[in-house]
Amino acid sequence: MRRLSWDRVIAILLLLPSILAIAIFVYGFIAWSGWVSLSNWDGLRPDLSWAGFVNYAKLFANPRFQIDLRNTVVFTVLFLGACIVLGLGVAILLDQGIRGENFFRSLFLFPMAISFIVTGVTWRWLLAPGDPATGRLTGINVLLNAVGLPLSQWYTDPTVIHIQPTSAVGQFLQQIGLGFLTTPNFGIPLAMFSIVIAATWQMSGYVMAMYLAGLRGIPEEMREAARVDGASEWQVYRHIVFPLLRPVTLSVVIVLGHISLKIFDLVAAMSKKGPGFATDVPAYFMFETTFQGDHYSEGASIAIFLLVTVSLLVVPYLIYSTRREAEV
Amino acid sequence: MSGTMKSARQYRWARHVSRAGIYMALLVASAFYLLPVYVLMVTGLKSYAEANLAQMWHLPSAPSLESFLRAFEQLRPHFRNSFYLTIPATLLSSLLGSVNGYVLSKWRFRGSEVLFPVMLFGMFIPYQSILIPLVQVLQKVNAAADALHIPAALRWLVPGYGSITGLAFVHIVYGIPITTLIFRNYYATVPNELVEAAKIDGANIFKVYRWVLFPLSMPAFAVVMIWQFTSIWNEFLFAVILTQNPAIRPVTVALYNLAGSYIVEWNVQMAGALLAALPTLLVYIFLGRFFMRGLLAGALKG
Repeated sequence: MRRLSWDRVIAILLLLPSILAIAIFVYGFIAWSGWVSLSNWDGLRPDLSWAGFVNYAKLFANPRFQIDLRNTVVFTVLFLGACIVLGLGVAILLDQGIRGENFFRSLFLFPMAISFIVTGVTWRWLLAPGDPATGRLTGINVLLNAVGLPLSQWYTDPTVIHIQPTSAVGQFLQQIGLGFLTTPNFGIPLAMFSIVIAATWQMSGYVMAMYLAGLRGIPEEMREAARVDGASEWQVYRHIVFPLLRPVTLSVVIVLGHISLKIFDLVAAMSKKGPGFATDVPAYFMFETTFQGDHYSEGASIAIFLLVTVSLLVVPYLIYSTRREAEV
Repeated sequence: MSGTMKSARQYRWARHVSRAGIYMALLVASAFYLLPVYVLMVTGLKSYAEANLAQMWHLPSAPSLESFLRAFEQLRPHFRNSFYLTIPATLLSSLLGSVNGYVLSKWRFRGSEVLFPVMLFGMFIPYQSILIPLVQVLQKVNAAADALHIPAALRWLVPGYGSITGLAFVHIVYGIPITTLIFRNYYATVPNELVEAAKIDGANIFKVYRWVLFPLSMPAFAVVMIWQFTSIWNEFLFAVILTQNPAIRPVTVALYNLAGSYIVEWNVQMAGALLAALPTLLVYIFLGRFFMRGLLAGALKG
C-alpha cells in the first residue's frame, strides 16, 4: 500500500509541468493582459501605471470599434446561418443511403484541412471584382456576367444597408426615440458577405460531419415507427429528427460561434479592414493597434473584451459538459 | 389508406426522381467546394504570359509548371521552417498529452475533475488575450540566454522570441488542452480492470503506462498527431507575431506576405497557396479517418 501512495505523488508530479504551464501561460497571462488594459502603456516602452477603465471607455467610444461590433454580429449571424443550413442540408442528403457517400463526405470536409490563410488568398482572387466600369471583369463576376446575374463589388464594396432616416419606418423609429437604429452602425455591410462565403466554404463541412454523426445516432426504428403511423417524410424530420439533433446544434453554435468571435486569419488574408472598416473585426483591430501601432493598453482592452465574449459562450458549455459527464 | 396508396410503378418512379434530385443537389454543392481548387490548379498550370485575371476560368492552352516552380523557389526556405517547427512540436505535444490523459483518466486525485475543465478552457481563449505578455516573456528568455552566455552552438535550443524553438514551445503549451482531452477520453474507454490487474502484479505507475496503456495508444496517437500537425502547420497568429525575422517565418506567414506584395504575380500567389496547402491536404487524403475523429473530439464529446 505504501508504494501505491508514492504512485499518487508521482501522478501529480507528472501532471505538474502542464498545470504550471496552463496556470502561467493561460491564467497568469490573461491577468497580465487585464492589468495592461487598465494601464497607461501607450508606446514601445512598457508603462504599467494605473489608468483605470479609461481604455475601455475610449474603446467603446471609438467609431472603428463600434463598426467592429456591428461586423461581428453580422458575420456571426450570417456565418452560423449559412453553415447550419448548408451543413444540415448536405448531411440529410448524405443520410439517404446514396452511392458515393464517402466520396462526397471527404469532398465537403477537405477545406477543414487547409489554413485560413490559403482560403483567404484564394477567395481574395476569386472574389476580386475587376472593374465593371470598363467591363474588365475578374473572378466570380465573370461567371455571374456570363449567366446574366447581377455583379457585386464583393469585399471592396463600402455600401452598408441600413434603415433610411427619411423612410417611413425610419421616421417612426425616430419619433419613438429609437432613431439610432437608422444609423449605419445598425446596418449590414455588403463586403462582409465575401468573408462569410469564404468562411462557410471552409467550415460548413465540419458542421455536415457533426450533423451526420448525429443523424447516424438516431435509430432507424424510430423513424420507421413514425412512418408506419402515417407520418409524411417532412413530419418525420419535423417531429422526430430535428428535436433529436438539438444537442448537435448546440455544439455547432458554441464551436462556430467562438471561432466567429475570434476570426482573424481569414480577414487578414482576404481584405484586412476593408473600405470604411467594412470587413474589420475586433481581432484584426487588436492586431493592428497593438503590434503595428504600439498602443498596448488599448490593444489589451480589445483582447480582454474578446476574451469576455468568448467566455460567455464557452464557460457555461464547459461546465455543462463536465457535469453531464460526471452524471454518466 | 387504400385511397392514397400509390401503385408500385408510381412509387418506383417517384423514388427515381427524388434520387436524381439528391444527386443533383450534391453535385451543385460539390461545385461550390471544388471551385477554388479548379482555379488554383488551372492558374498554377498557366505560364506568366497566359495568366490573365479576366481569363481566370479558361483552361491553360499549354500547361506549364512555371508558376509552381517560381512559387516553390520563393517558399522553399519557409517550407523547411514549417517542418522544423511542426514535426518536433507535434511529437512533444502528443507525448505530453498522452501522459496528462493517462494521469487524468487512470490516476484521478481529489480535484482532478475540476482541474480538467480549467485546463480545457485554454483551448477556447482568443490568443490575443495572452499575446502581449507572451512576447514580453519570450523576449526576457532571450535576455536571460544572453546573460547566461549560452554558447552560439546551443543557442537554437533556447525557446526565445523570434526563434523557431520559441514558436514550437508556444504551440506545445497551447496544445496541452486539446491533446490532453483526446487522450483522456480515449484512455477512459480502456477498462480499469486492466490497470488494477497490472497493479496487483506489482506494476508501478510507469510500468502500467509502458505495458498496458501505451501499447493500446496508437489510434489516439494517430488522431492527436494528425490534429496537431494540421493545426500547427496552418497556424498564423503566433507565427506572424513571434517571427519578425523573415528567415525563420513558416509557410503561412510567407504566403501571407507573398499575397500582400504587389510585385508577385497573382498566378504565382495561387500556385503558392496550393503548395502551402499540400502537406496537410496529403495527410487528409491518406489519413482522413483519423482527422475526422480529431475534429469531432474538438466539439468536446465526453
